[in-house]
Amino acid sequence: MNNWKQVATLEDIPPLGSRVISTPQGDIALFRTAENEVFALLDKCPHKGGHLSQGIVFGKKVACPMHNWHIQLQDGNAVAPDVGCARNYPVKMEGSAVFISLA
Amino acid sequence: MKKMKLVMVGNGMAGVRTLEELIKLEPELYDITVFGAEPYPNYNRIMLSPVLAGEQGIQDIILNDLAWYKENNITLHLNKKVVRIDRSKKIVYAEDGTEAAYDRLLLATGSTPFILPVPGSELQGVIGYRDIHDTNAMIEAAGKYQHAVVIGGGLLGLEAANGLALRGMDVTVVHIMPWLMERQLDQSSAQMLQKSLEAKGLKFLLEKNTQNLVGDEGGRVKAIRFKDGTEIPADLIVMAVGIRPNTALAESAGIHCNRGIVVNDTMQTYDPSIYAVGECVSHRGTAYGLVAPLFDMAKVCANHLARLGIARYQGSVTSTKLKVTGIDLFSAGDFTGGDATDEILMHDAGGGVYKKLVLKDDKLVGAVMYGDTKDGAWYFQMIRDGKNVADIRDHLMFGQSHLGNSGHAGQNSAALMADSMEVCGCNGVCKGTIVKAIKDKGLFTLEDVRKHTKASASCGSCTGLVEQILASTVGGAYAPQANAVKPMCGCTEHTHEDVRRAIREEKLLSIPQAMQFLNWSTPNGCASCRPALNYYLLCAWPHEVQDDPQSRFINERAHGNIQKDGTFSIVPRMHGGITTAAQLRRIADVTDKYNIPTVKVTGGQRIDLFGIKKEDLPKVWADLDMDSGYAYGKALRTVKTCVGSEWCRFGVQDSTQMGIDLEYALDRMWTPHKFKLAVSGCPRNCAEAAIKDVGIIGVDSGWEIYVAGNGGIKTEVAQFLVKVKTKEEVMEYTLAFTQLYREEARYLDRTVHYVERVGIDYIKQRINEDAANRKALHERLLYTLQGAKNPWASENVNAREFATLKLEAADTATTA
Ligand code: SRM
Ligand SMILES: Cc1cc2nc3c(=O)[nH]c(=O)nc-3n(C[C@H](O)[C@H](O)[C@H](O)COP(=O)(O)OP(=O)(O)OC[C@H]3O[C@@H](n4cnc5c(N)ncnc54)[C@H](O)[C@@H]3O)c2cc1C
Ligand code: SF4
Ligand code: FES
Repeated sequence: MNNWKQVATLEDIPPLGSRVISTPQGDIALFRTAENEVFALLDKCPHKGGHLSQGIVFGKKVACPMHNWHIQLQDGNAVAPDVGCARNYPVKMEGSAVFISLA
Repeated sequence: MKKMKLVMVGNGMAGVRTLEELIKLEPELYDITVFGAEPYPNYNRIMLSPVLAGEQGIQDIILNDLAWYKENNITLHLNKKVVRIDRSKKIVYAEDGTEAAYDRLLLATGSTPFILPVPGSELQGVIGYRDIHDTNAMIEAAGKYQHAVVIGGGLLGLEAANGLALRGMDVTVVHIMPWLMERQLDQSSAQMLQKSLEAKGLKFLLEKNTQNLVGDEGGRVKAIRFKDGTEIPADLIVMAVGIRPNTALAESAGIHCNRGIVVNDTMQTYDPSIYAVGECVSHRGTAYGLVAPLFDMAKVCANHLARLGIARYQGSVTSTKLKVTGIDLFSAGDFTGGDATDEILMHDAGGGVYKKLVLKDDKLVGAVMYGDTKDGAWYFQMIRDGKNVADIRDHLMFGQSHLGNSGHAGQNSAALMADSMEVCGCNGVCKGTIVKAIKDKGLFTLEDVRKHTKASASCGSCTGLVEQILASTVGGAYAPQANAVKPMCGCTEHTHEDVRRAIREEKLLSIPQAMQFLNWSTPNGCASCRPALNYYLLCAWPHEVQDDPQSRFINERAHGNIQKDGTFSIVPRMHGGITTAAQLRRIADVTDKYNIPTVKVTGGQRIDLFGIKKEDLPKVWADLDMDSGYAYGKALRTVKTCVGSEWCRFGVQDSTQMGIDLEYALDRMWTPHKFKLAVSGCPRNCAEAAIKDVGIIGVDSGWEIYVAGNGGIKTEVAQFLVKVKTKEEVMEYTLAFTQLYREEARYLDRTVHYVERVGIDYIKQRINEDAANRKALHERLLYTLQGAKNPWASENVNAREFATLKLEAADTATTA
């Protein structure tokens, strides 16, 4: 079941940038692409736990600032040949309000 | 939208590589259909030699398995030879009647072994050496028969002979020329090679001309007879006397061919809907027989099939390496010499080493190495780059004996390393792992090896070693990319220099504008090109270009160094290493107030505070009330000083004050990579000026300025630039050099890399000899730095970067 919570507005997140939401489940990184799509991933790189929120966003990917793995924003999967997955959370937009579902 | 149809004829290495490149660029543009005459998916043809030698199996050399074709929605017709192209209807027909319509047709039909037209050449047991079928025929013959004759003493013939001998046959190599591999080797090195092959049990008949092949009653070959009347027994004859581009199909369709299907620099044939790549092609009059050029062609062809239309193929320099285990032989470029060339020769017959370097106009144009090939990749790179070697001519022959790089146990020769030895100190990758990945995954480029093994992917100091391993594992298939034409990254075909020139000449003022003008192939670049573009724009158009924080690595966005746990470290500036009681007191106070776990004195004469939470950074800076020390940035780091004439009994100049002045002058400047200075008060050089980007040493009569030293990965002693008298001159020369580096170095090149590329003479010419230019450079840097701000000052902090969003509050409102 979805448990939508509004966490930000689009303007809170810089284009090609991210913001961190602290939640009881740990920090979640919100990313905004150039096309104003928003994605949410657990702020923990599948490689060695780097903070993905601090990486450079390009296309629909983020480059982890620790060792430069590329992580896909839609599903949290690492781009091959690296293997791993960061937990992803559903996001919906209503106007410029950003909701994520933690359930 | 209906997709276009792409049909490819020839399911080999060049064709499939083109498809791979195309899919990377435009996965959805075409419905793709592939016809292959062989019953296998694309395999690594060059590895047939190790298969024949019993070192690998067929299953090990498959490059793209059937699942790959499926995943990419490619319709694959195996075992179907295309026999006709109807160019007006745009349909191809296979032998069995299968047909396929195309909008674009790609011909990649490879080549066919040339079979000598001598009587008996149609007998059973007479074969070429080209595919899995031939290889299997040889393996089978080795199980049944005794005498094998290989006609042709070139690369392919020798590899075939070696494999057959390893499988227990009695092998004779027949060659028409006076020495082996005459296209690659000169007589001396060929004789050394012949000796070592004889030691492996091979026999040779040189300057022998085949008259005819003799068959038995069953129609199988049993002997070979020569024009001089002699004859030897032969149950298997392998013809390895050359290859011919396979143009039969193209010719039958009326496509212009001339010893290959003739293509232009975009790999297009005379029919604009038909492209061709690989060994079947003739480009500017050359048909290639090695895979490295084919990969370059594949890239260009894919670019045009993807309708990007910007790449050009301009020919390749090739290298070869004999794949016979235990024999080291490498040749590259033009090694036959000639009137306008010079040769450097080293011949140690006893030690089994032979090297020949061919120079023309101070450039290396060819190299042949036998016995010791560890520098092959290095020479090849210089040949491809057309690098001027006048400066290093004296020790060119001794190779890259000292790579000057740290972190791999002093090793600089891959050949001498055991499999278990570590190559990449950053990622803990040993030689065996790299070799295995190259073989198992079919890797051909440095880039591929980096992706799959991480070797040399971090600090890069082991790049030379990894290239050597690659070269010795894949042989002639290895092609180092010429530096001069290396694109900035996978998002563009343009080099760093092209991009910088366009930014200047077209006055490009933002990253999106630059990407659009330069036809970037990705919508917003990648983590490698965006920081570079941001820097190039800021450097070219100071005060006009807006900095883009989203295109900076986190450290430069948060003005601190990110740590493994996500906290940050910060280093306040202490100009020239001088501090005060008040500064130290404030440092002590913030340490207590924010529970900073570690305070460390750095190697750069200042203090590093570790483990600060990101959201605390702005408060810590406010309390510290000091300038940012840019320890996180591609920027001025420290100016290290010694005590100098103020206190030291040897000091002849006031190095401390000089350092302080320089640190103020260069503060808040962005550079291609970090930038470090040191000033010593006398030649005892306590500030270690000899390993800095700019090192200044006080002498009795003034100051000596050294540039391009490095104490990091690539340890290198700084080179003397100039000696000056006054402090003003030190400023002017130092700032001018700094600006030259800022304007001309590639992003992430330290001064050591930049000066290595352009040469110290060029620097001297631009700075020392051209006073007007020096002053102009100096002025440009001063202009750039006008009004530069301390990023730690409260009024300059971008609050959105540091504040976290809280979930509790989020239900109702949002934070700013
Ligand atoms: C703190 C310090 C070590 C220390 O405790 O003394 C240090 C720490 C780091 N160095 Fe260094 N280097 C420090 C002096 C040096 C020196 C010595 C010097 O400057 O006198 C060198 C060799 C000299 C040189 O650069 O030529 C040095 C060569 C490197 C290199 C290799 C650079 C190269 O081009 O070869 C790296 C990696 C890089 O920059 O890519 C590096 C990278 C790093 C990083 C930034 C690693 C990273 O990316 O996170 C470390 C950051 C720690 C932190 O969070 O603050 N550090 N580093 C020194 C800071 C000096 C300062 O006050 O700013
Ligand atoms: C034993 C051996 C060792 C080698 N070693 C090296 C080396 O060390 N280094 C190096 O760089 N190169 C080496 N080469 C050369 C290298 O393998 C070739 O340069 C490369 O494979 C050529 O690629 P290609 O795609 O042009 O042709 P191929 O790989 O030959 O592919 C062409 C394909 O097209 C098919 N075909 C042809 N006509 C038709 C048709 N009408 N319909 C359907 N299909 C058709 C063929 O059956 C073939 O499968 C070696 C070659 C051999 C045989
Ligand atoms: S401080 Fe420098 S040498 Fe030490 S671990 Fe970090 S990067 Fe390596
Ligand atoms: S922790 Fe993300 S790449 Fe290593």
